[in-house]
Amino acid sequence: MNKPTVLIIGAGFTGVATAYDLALRGFAVTVVERGELVSGTSGRTHGLLHSGGRYCVNDRESAIECIEENTILRKIASQCIEPNGGYFIGLNDSDVEYSQKFLEGAAACGIPTKEINVSDLLKAEPQINPKVIKAYSVPDGTFEPLRLAFAFAASAQKYGAKFFPYHEVEEIVLDNSKKVTGIKTWNRTNNTKVNFQADMVINATGAWAGKIAKMASIHVPVKPTPGIMVTVAKRLTNTTINRLNIPDDGDIVLPQRRMAVIGTTSFEIEDVDYIPINEEQIQMMVDRGSELLPEIKNSPFRGVFMSSRPLIGAGMEARSIARTFKCYDHEESDKVGGLISIIGGKATTSRGMAEKTADLVCKKFGLSIECQTKNLPLVSYRKYYQQ
Amino acid sequence: MSEKWKVTFTVYRQKADEKPGFQDFELEINPDEYVLDGIEKIWAYHDRSLVYRHACHHSACGACGMRVNHREKLTCITLIRDVTHDGGKIVVEPLRNMPIISDLAVDMGQFFRNLDNVDYNQVQPVINQPLDKGIQPDKKHSDSGMERLVDCLECGLCISACPASSTSLEYLGPAALGANQAKARYEDKNTVTMTDNQDGVWRCHSAFECSEVCPSNFEPGWRIMDLRKMTISARFQHLFGKATPEGGK
Repeated sequence: MNKPTVLIIGAGFTGVATAYDLALRGFAVTVVERGELVSGTSGRTHGLLHSGGRYCVNDRESAIECIEENTILRKIASQCIEPNGGYFIGLNDSDVEYSQKFLEGAAACGIPTKEINVSDLLKAEPQINPKVIKAYSVPDGTFEPLRLAFAFAASAQKYGAKFFPYHEVEEIVLDNSKKVTGIKTWNRTNNTKVNFQADMVINATGAWAGKIAKMASIHVPVKPTPGIMVTVAKRLTNTTINRLNIPDDGDIVLPQRRMAVIGTTSFEIEDVDYIPINEEQIQMMVDRGSELLPEIKNSPFRGVFMSSRPLIGAGMEARSIARTFKCYDHEESDKVGGLISIIGGKATTSRGMAEKTADLVCKKFGLSIECQTKNLPLVSYRKYYQQ
Repeated sequence: MSEKWKVTFTVYRQKADEKPGFQDFELEINPDEYVLDGIEKIWAYHDRSLVYRHACHHSACGACGMRVNHREKLTCITLIRDVTHDGGKIVVEPLRNMPIISDLAVDMGQFFRNLDNVDYNQVQPVINQPLDKGIQPDKKHSDSGMERLVDCLECGLCISACPASSTSLEYLGPAALGANQAKARYEDKNTVTMTDNQDGVWRCHSAFECSEVCPSNFEPGWRIMDLRKMTISARFQHLFGKATPEGGK
């Protein structure tokens, strides 16, 4: 029997992780991406390997996914993860009051926490605001986005997946029975048109998923919600520092190489191809970040960047939307066969998202093949460009 | 309302077999944005066929290396204000000494193959990655058990700036040699033999262009000199065995 062919649009974390999962299950996988890998939202993540601590009070479903996938990624992707853990620190009465809810939530979600004595904390991370009055450790980490994506992609290539970067989708091809049979793309490197056929097409374009689905006359409720991140040229901690309170703007600082990255905000826009800088938000990041690590305001500025989360829209306030992902089988929802859209999620949970999507793909083909990505270490990210 | 400058981006263009050349794009842009933002703006609003590499936009990943006004830069942290003036021009070209895929994107295959051969892990104990000074181990601090991503972003800027890389395709180049220095210094000193050859540690001309353009203080030039020291010392030990004060074998 020939392998079923699956075509994935988008090489963000969702696309590369899904390519890997499906290739490992024996599908013939092709990935098209209009730019370089992770050149949209995924590359511009702040790089937090979530313990789930940020969501354990307001969004337990996300928090549970995070801690499960955090544990798995540490095993399979250690090549690009700083595994050092993180702290939630309290600076005032409101923070201390929140700690009860935080502990209950963390316990309910299975996130290991430990109260840290303030003087020990300041010894371990001397840059933390000395006014700290309460602190808990969590198994946060940080990852490097391009290398994580390359590692998934290189692992997918090992099992036969083919990647076509710089190919922009121009049309989704449907047959008379409204079944998707392939796509037409524009290879931007040499100005040629390239067509792909597939038994199944997966729309994994995140914040752009609405635009792609529209090509098949389908509405997908994605709500691009960018956030700003500010970087200073000083590594201030080895661990991630979170404010011990309800997630808010500018309440997390994490280390990356010789830098500290402060995140983030949340606002809504229509066009996500280019997001202009908002100077007030930069100042707010520096001010709020300095509450956690006062040295931020004295550190040389390194850069500022924006990333557009692909949240699932439903008319609610942006930040309150659950971070968890949704997978739409358009045969069921729109009577268009051969097309699936995956939306939402986050880098930390990309493997799990891929597993659920691949389960659905298997079901659609009437196949029963186990997911194998949980325990197998990814191949070196440096292999991706050597194919 | 933020400040706006009129800037002409003169961008290198190359599509398959077509004749390469430069194309001008006039932008109204906030000078506190980065060169990469300008390129992204050209792609978003002026020419969707422009091909360039980018990912993290904050100098963690190393994807967006290009030549800006003939100097190797990570475009995501290069402020427009720092490389031109209102009414001025910015010339953007792809990195040198690597095959061009199209426009500003180069093929990093050989570069990663060389790094892969050295096989120095990007995540290393913090103690082996001193933040303050030089490339020697940080004796002041004890090993906290913490790990971090190394300074080398594997962006390829050093290869593009290196005069020796432009004369030999086989030359390993500064990044891979720097990685081998770090590996020899902290993990396994026998690894020096791998680069003890004409396309390895000896082809470097000590121009230090690599250290000059390195956006991440990895100091490849100094690392290559240190690797030479370790290589020579390994050769002496190989020839004479471990020297004793009496001079006997």
